Amino acid sequence: MTDLRAAAQASTRPESQWRAIWQQFRTHKGAAFGLVVLAILILAVLIGPFVWHPAKLTVVEAIKSKNLGPTWRFPLGTDQIGRDMLGRMIQAGKVSLAVGFVAMLIALTFGTTIGILAGYFKRLDGPLMRLTDIFLSLPLIPLLLVLVMLFRDNVAGILGPELGAFTLIVFAIGITSWMQAARIVRGEVLALKEREYVIASRSIGAPARRIILRHILPNVISPVMVAATLGIADAIITESVLSFLGLGFPPDFPTWGRLLFDGLSYLQLYPERVIWPGLAISLTVLSVNYIGDGLRDALDPRIRGR
Amino acid sequence: MLVFTLRRLLVAIPTLLVISLVIFLLVDFAPGSPMSEIPLTVPPDVRQKMIAALGADQPVLVRYVLWLRQFFWVEPATLFDGIFGTHLAGNEQRILSWQSRSPVFSIIGQRMPQTLTVIGTAYLVGILIALPIGIYSAYRQYSWFDQLGTLFAMIGFSVPTFFSGTLFIIVFAVWFGWFPTKYDTTLHVTDWASFLKQLKQMAMPVMTLGLANAATISRYMRSSMLENMGQDYVRTARAKGMTERTVVLKHVLRNSLIPVVTVIALGIPSIFGGAIITENLFGVNGIGAALIGAIHANDLPMVQTLAFIFAVLIVTFNLIADVLYGFLDPRIRYD
Repeated sequence: MTDLRAAAQASTRPESQWRAIWQQFRTHKGAAFGLVVLAILILAVLIGPFVWHPAKLTVVEAIKSKNLGPTWRFPLGTDQIGRDMLGRMIQAGKVSLAVGFVAMLIALTFGTTIGILAGYFKRLDGPLMRLTDIFLSLPLIPLLLVLVMLFRDNVAGILGPELGAFTLIVFAIGITSWMQAARIVRGEVLALKEREYVIASRSIGAPARRIILRHILPNVISPVMVAATLGIADAIITESVLSFLGLGFPPDFPTWGRLLFDGLSYLQLYPERVIWPGLAISLTVLSVNYIGDGLRDALDPRIRGR
Repeated sequence: MLVFTLRRLLVAIPTLLVISLVIFLLVDFAPGSPMSEIPLTVPPDVRQKMIAALGADQPVLVRYVLWLRQFFWVEPATLFDGIFGTHLAGNEQRILSWQSRSPVFSIIGQRMPQTLTVIGTAYLVGILIALPIGIYSAYRQYSWFDQLGTLFAMIGFSVPTFFSGTLFIIVFAVWFGWFPTKYDTTLHVTDWASFLKQLKQMAMPVMTLGLANAATISRYMRSSMLENMGQDYVRTARAKGMTERTVVLKHVLRNSLIPVVTVIALGIPSIFGGAIITENLFGVNGIGAALIGAIHANDLPMVQTLAFIFAVLIVTFNLIADVLYGFLDPRIRYD
């Protein structure tokens, strides 16, 4: 009896918003494909190092196993100094994906903060939006290249070559890609600010900080999530462009872009060394873009109902 | 309209000034300057003279204003002199490259034609591919052609040009041997054979950039067409008994092109940025390759000037897009 009542209650209870979004998201074929591919890639990169142990080679063995094709011992072959390509792909993927996620987080934090400040406080709107316009007019790729060239050695000197390169590139990408998020958030906040519940909480004397955190921030999450997914794709591409032009990560701390750059010198003899990392980058970006597409549809209540 | 244009122009000037200051300071304050790389064996007084000869002992602001003066007065004046044989610039100091000791702008002048031929053709090809795809996929929304177009656009967005370019090299240059892997800058088109050769070597860079641009533009074209297809004036046109061809290609297309034209204008500076990669990959000796070369050689005046030129391009085309939009669509003139 109680079971029946509970079941009846469950069926009459309105569907939660997140559930509805998930239902809509699942019907988007591209997004489902993207989610699966991205999950596989992330799992491969995270679990890969525990499953796949590249054979430790002595110097003589390494010299003998240069430029090998795919074998059971080296599924993706070896590179010009006898390193296992599968191991390097896994290692590179970890860095590439980490760059994408961390740079996106930085850009999003900047963008959301600036967007909310500009939208909520009228005094800050003008200056902050001019700042956004100026950032939008900066030539990003040349500027990033210059930033990396000029500060690479110094940051590497402080943090070590690996962490230094990572920090510099992630920050450089982060602080040059927050503008879209800021504009979207500002637009949303401008509309939300005039809603009754915000006016009501202001009229009972809630401080701006609480109104923003409690009433405005939760409501701008959905456009921010779409911007975030697309931001990951952008960050991964930007990083691989830097690496591709030889101004990214050092060769012993590779990303997919760096592996592609290294493979270019052997393009005619061993094209697979370019194809694997290139394919990995393209698949990641493609799946992230599809997820963003699906999220945009799923989070839009006008589309979701249909 | 004039007021609107003037107002936009006045906003553009401070933006450019701020950007120029950012670029100047960034490059100037950076630790990796060649001034710090003078060998320690050079005696201090000689070192002082070397720094003074480069003008690097002046305060930052003085150098910034001098640089601006060189950029906005001396260089245009020199160009004017070169064309009309006047002596406006006199013997003023031009911006010199540290790498080659020759004026930065004459290097850029030599490199520009390469970039413009390849990039310009690529953008044109991109637009020519994109517009029909966009129009037809909007006209037959959700047909197999539209689905294919969507897939094409998604792949075009996602595959970075350095990878699609590499794939083209592997397939068309290494396997089939149709095109050369590297672009020969010294080739002069004099007769039919050399023209064919030029076409062949341009094919791959143009394809790479053109497909990437086509992906973006076709999406804009499609959504803009879709927006207009449901409008009342389209139903009126059909009700008057006009042929489908006139309705779509005259009424809908003309109105849909308005936002697309501005998108095309806005895209021009970004393809110059994207060209850096393509030029580097195919060995096109254009301004993108000049920038990379200058960065690797620590040639700061060249880097500053090129970066600022890119910024000027962005601001100018933003302005052009804004004015064009107001010009084409009377509904959104702001005055």
